[in-house]
Amino acid sequence: MTQPVLDIRNLCVDYHTPKGTVQALRHIHLQVPPAKVVGLVGESGCGKSTLISAVIRLMAENAHVAAGKIRFMGLDLQGFSASELRGIRGRDISMVFQDPMTALNPVLTIGRQMVDIQYRDGLSRKKKRERAARMLERVGISDAMSRLDNYPHQFSGGMRQRITIAMALLVQPKLLIADEPTTALDATLEVQIIRLLKDLQTDFQCAILFISHHLNVIAELCDYVGVMYAGELVEKGTVRDIFHRPGHPYTRSLLECDPSVIEAPTRFLPTIPGDIPSLIDLPSGCIFQDRCAKVMPVCRKTPPPAVHLGEHHTAACHFLEE
Amino acid sequence: MLFYLLKRIGLAVVIVVVAVVLLYSMIHVVPGDPASVILGPRATPEMKQELHKLMGLDRPFVVQVVSFLGKVARGDLGMDYFSQRPVAEIVFKQLDETLVLVLASITWAMLLGIPLGCYSAVFRNTFSDKLVGVFSIGVIAVPSFVVALYSLLFFAVTLKWLPAIGAGESGQFLDQARHLILPAFAIGLGWVGYIARLVRASMLEVLNENHIRRARAFGLPETTIVFHYALKLAILPTVTLLGTGIGRLISSAVFAEIVFARPGIGKLIFDSVVSRNYPLVMGAVVVSTVLFVLSTTISDSINAMLDPRVRERL
Ligand SMILES: Nc1ncnc2c1ncn2[C@@H]1O[C@H](COP(=O)(O)OP(=O)(O)OP(=O)(O)O)[C@@H](O)[C@H]1O
Ligand SMILES: [Mg+2]
Repeated sequence: MTQPVLDIRNLCVDYHTPKGTVQALRHIHLQVPPAKVVGLVGESGCGKSTLISAVIRLMAENAHVAAGKIRFMGLDLQGFSASELRGIRGRDISMVFQDPMTALNPVLTIGRQMVDIQYRDGLSRKKKRERAARMLERVGISDAMSRLDNYPHQFSGGMRQRITIAMALLVQPKLLIADEPTTALDATLEVQIIRLLKDLQTDFQCAILFISHHLNVIAELCDYVGVMYAGELVEKGTVRDIFHRPGHPYTRSLLECDPSVIEAPTRFLPTIPGDIPSLIDLPSGCIFQDRCAKVMPVCRKTPPPAVHLGEHHTAACHFLEE
Repeated sequence: MLFYLLKRIGLAVVIVVVAVVLLYSMIHVVPGDPASVILGPRATPEMKQELHKLMGLDRPFVVQVVSFLGKVARGDLGMDYFSQRPVAEIVFKQLDETLVLVLASITWAMLLGIPLGCYSAVFRNTFSDKLVGVFSIGVIAVPSFVVALYSLLFFAVTLKWLPAIGAGESGQFLDQARHLILPAFAIGLGWVGYIARLVRASMLEVLNENHIRRARAFGLPETTIVFHYALKLAILPTVTLLGTGIGRLISSAVFAEIVFARPGIGKLIFDSVVSRNYPLVMGAVVVSTVLFVLSTTISDSINAMLDPRVRERL
């Protein structure tokens, strides 16, 4: 197998709070192969944003990587100094965030912002502006050269997200990380943005780590999927594995809420009865025990092993066989 | 931007007119007849009537206000009957001194306060941030006349480094500058604290915003992020504060002007209130009101220059 662009092993992240230590991520293993799209799904609060902020190490002040390794193109990011990390951000890894309304600096023109992120390239300002305009045109903003002199509030939400995508691709990253880039947009815009991303990915051939609440978006865009629950990656596999042969009871109940998920994919992550356990006092045994229909005494005692169900397919449950 | 400026200046004119009308009515409502103050206790009713006529006080109130407004617009603030000189001449002579003092105070306070605030925000919760915090609150708490008195005693009387009183020989720049240092220090010190606290607070807020996180995710250098991306937003509340603050400064300048025996508009208002010299009070207050409105207009325009969203609001 070729070397993955991103290789996360046994990652554990804690938040220190006055109430105790929130174990937001526990023993995460995840690989992003070159030029592939990996999707992450999971309910709100399951740790998706924590995972990506650990990857680019732009974490909250009270966050702490308790264990694990993150390798990017074979390099151990944990050993990187702050300035070495800065060298990777915005050159090899770039990001698209959730809320396009607040993602751009309101008092600087988008031209200025797009020129600034090219600060490493020894091009003239004029060349940089031309590159920026070409990229804006590529994401579907017409009259790009003159719109460079506009401020963010002069664009609609959908256009702003196109701009942030253009910016993320302008630096020609090896890995693009998108944290729910369409959640703040309405349904038609969402479809447009996803199509655009898919197009651009085929053109630029970068790897994408894509986070979404929406199963249909994942099914449409991704090659591989990881399903997260309360800080753990409970199942991962190819899109076919997850949507046709789900192993983990959590994945199944996500899909069962809509049996025709592939033909008419659900727009939103369906809700499953019960609450996510507190991440401060974790139960012993399986993390999903309180909401699992098939819970058995063993689930309350021992954490489930990771069971290999296929070449890329693993799930953490006591009742699965290789 | 031009459109914004025109609208903003129009608004300023309206504010000045309303303020002048209010001021004029206020002075005429307070008890005490200006004529009897000027003429003293032994004035006869005939003398008073004569002076009333001369000052235009016998006409209906509305006519008085309108004619006063008209004169103000032409730069005529009336006569000072004590010294028999035009009020405008007296006021504008003092105004230069006050403006120089206020601008010097604000400039050094900004030059020190803004970097201190940025530093505190970037190194938040460190020992040096706390040190800056204690310093800021300390200098805000000390009244400027106390700073004025102690700095006068220490630097001028004990150390004899700087002149104690007056504004210096006119025309001699170095001498005037030396006379400016202590008063400007006394007035500006508290503002250093204000500005540092305000910049720190708004900087912290801005540094937490999404677009800053995103700028970091693009690996932009920290100096670019702090001084170009964050400061341009974080400075907006400070610009607004300074706009209104200049007005307050003119009145707080009175302490420094008295302590250092400097001529100035603060001292002029103080003296003319004490001697109940109404035309002079009126003229000085009108001029400082205009200055106040002018400084808020300028600060709003700077805000509009920095923030494109403001430009389109008004
Ligand atoms: N700074 C913090 N301090 C303490 N706890 C935090 C902090 N940030 C996040 N958490 C907690 O960590 C868990 C994971 O949060 P995270 O933001 O990663 O979730 P998410 O999957 O991205 O959710 P969403 O879909 O709503 O964005 C949550 O339980 C959250 O309450
Ligand atoms: Mg999130």
